[in-house]
Amino acid sequence: MHFFTYLALFLLAMRLRKSIKLTPAASKWNMALYGVALGTVGLFFLLDDFIPSDEVNGIVIALVLLGVVQFLKREPDFERFRVLINAHYPLIVVAVVANAVELATQNFEFSHNYDNYWQTAQLVAFGWIFLRVATSKKQQSELKRISERKDELEILVAARTAEITQQRNELQETVKELQATQAQLIQQEKLASLGELTAGIAHEIQNPLNFVNNFSEVSMELIDEMEEEMAKGDIEEANAIAADIKQNLEKIRHHGKRADGIVKGMLQHSRASSNVKEPTNLNTIADEYFRLAYHGLRAKDKSFNAELVSNLDPNLPSINMVSQDVGRVLLNMFTNAFYAVHQKQKIIGGDFKPRVEVSTRTIVTPKGQEAEIMIKDNGSGIPDAIKDKIMQPFFTTKPAGEGTGLGLSLSYDIIVKAHKGHININSKEGEGSEFIITLPIA
Amino acid sequence: MKILVVDDEADVQPLFLQRFRKEIRNHEVEFDFAQSGEEALDYLKDKHSEVVLILSDINMPGMSGIELLTHIREDFPTPPPPVVMMITAYGDDENYKQAMDKGADDFLTKPLDFNLLKEKLKTL
Repeated sequence: MHFFTYLALFLLAMRLRKSIKLTPAASKWNMALYGVALGTVGLFFLLDDFIPSDEVNGIVIALVLLGVVQFLKREPDFERFRVLINAHYPLIVVAVVANAVELATQNFEFSHNYDNYWQTAQLVAFGWIFLRVATSKKQQSELKRISERKDELEILVAARTAEITQQRNELQETVKELQATQAQLIQQEKLASLGELTAGIAHEIQNPLNFVNNFSEVSMELIDEMEEEMAKGDIEEANAIAADIKQNLEKIRHHGKRADGIVKGMLQHSRASSNVKEPTNLNTIADEYFRLAYHGLRAKDKSFNAELVSNLDPNLPSINMVSQDVGRVLLNMFTNAFYAVHQKQKIIGGDFKPRVEVSTRTIVTPKGQEAEIMIKDNGSGIPDAIKDKIMQPFFTTKPAGEGTGLGLSLSYDIIVKAHKGHININSKEGEGSEFIITLPIA
Repeated sequence: MKILVVDDEADVQPLFLQRFRKEIRNHEVEFDFAQSGEEALDYLKDKHSEVVLILSDINMPGMSGIELLTHIREDFPTPPPPVVMMITAYGDDENYKQAMDKGADDFLTKPLDFNLLKEKLKTL
C-alpha cells in the first residue's frame, strides 16, 4: 500500500533533477535531489524492516513526502514545478487518512471491506500526479511556445521601435530645417512686399521732398520781398511775409519728418523683427501703410484706382506693440483690400467705384480696453468655400507666382500669437470684406 | 484769370498762394483748390464758365486725374473749354500718352517748376 508513496517521492526527485538539468539551478540541487531519490529507495528497504506495521510505514513516508513537498514549495528555483509539486497533496492526504483509518479499525471486522477502496483511492491519487504532470507538460510546452512567440514579438517590436525612433529623429531634423526655411521665407516675404512697394515708397518720399524744395525756394523769394518791403518801410507787410516764412519753415520741417518716417518705416520693415514691444501710435502706422500700399499698387498697375477713406480716432491711446510687425499686417490687409477692389473693377468695369476704408476706435471688452482697427473694402469678397482656409500658410487665390499665400498666416501669428489680439473677418462674396483687428491696450 | 488746382495734398494750397503772391495781389490770377476729382467736378458745376485753367494731379485716390479730365471734356464742352494741365510725379510715357489721349492741353511733372508754369500762363 505504501509502495506508491515511495514511488511518488522517488519519481518526484528524479523528475525534478532531470527538469533542472539544463538550468543554472542544476549545480545547486543536482546532488540533493539525487540524494532524495536514493534516500527514498534506502528508506523503502530500511523502514520495511524497521517498522513492522505497514500502516505506520505508510504514514511516515507520507509525512516525509509532505516535508519534501513543503520544502520544495518554499524554494524559488522550483517555482516552475508548482503544479507537479501540488499534485502530490491528494496522495499524501489519502495515504495518511487511509493508513490512519486502517490503524484505527484494525480490530474491527468490517475494515477489510474497505481495503480495496483505500487502495483504489491511493492508486487514483497516484495516477492524479501523472495526469497533472501530463497536463502541466502540455501547459509547459504551451507556455514555452508562447514565450518563444513573445521573444519573436519582442525582437519585432525592438526592430520597429528602432525604425520609429530613427524616423522620429529624421522628422525632427526635417522640422528644424522647415523652421529655418520658414524663417527665411518670412524674411523674403518682407523683402518681397517691400519690393512691390518700391514705386509707392519712391512716390511717398518724392511728395514731401517736393514740398521741402518748393517751400524753401519760395521762402528765399519771400525774404527778398521782405527786404524790399522793409526798405520801403512797409513794416506791416514785412511782418506778414515773416509770418509766412515762419509757416513755411514749419511746413518744411513737417514734410522732412514725413519723409524721414517713411524711410525709417521702410528700413524697419526690411529688418528682421526685433520683437521689442513699444508704445506706438497705431493711427500713424495705419495712415503711412495705407498710402504706401495704395501708391505701390498704383505704380505697378496704372489702371488701378480706389477711393481711400480714413476714419482714425484721434483719441486712440498708444498701444504696446512691435510696430514693424503690426505695420506688416496692415500693409498686407491694405494690399489685399486694394487687390480685391481691383479684381472687381476688372470684372464689372465702368460704374463700380472701388473704395477702401480704414478706421480705428477704442472699444471696451470683457478683457478691458482694446484698440480696434477695421479695413473695409467693397471688393470681390471671400467665397464661403475658402473662408476657413485663408489663414493657412501658402493658401492663395492669386495666380501662380503672384502671391506667396503667407500674408494672412503671418498676420495671424503676429496679431493673435505675439500680440494676444484677434482678427475677425466679415465677408460677402461679390460685396466686399471687413477685416477687424483688435489689440489689447496695456 | 481763375485757376483751379486739384491735388490731394493740402499743402499744395499755401505753396501756390505764396508762389503767385505778387500775381494774386495784382489781381492777375485767382486760385481755387479741390482735394479730389469729385470735389473738382462739384466746384465746376457752378463755376465752369469762370475757370480758365485747371491744374490737376493725376495720382489721386478715388477719381484719378485722368478720369477727372475725361469728365471735364464730356461735361463742359461749351466753348471756350477750360485749359487742362495734368501734373504727375511719374513722368512716364504711359501717363503722358493717356493724358494727351483724353484731351489734356499740357503735361507737367512734379516737382513743379513754377517759373516754367508762369511762362506757360503768359501764353494763355
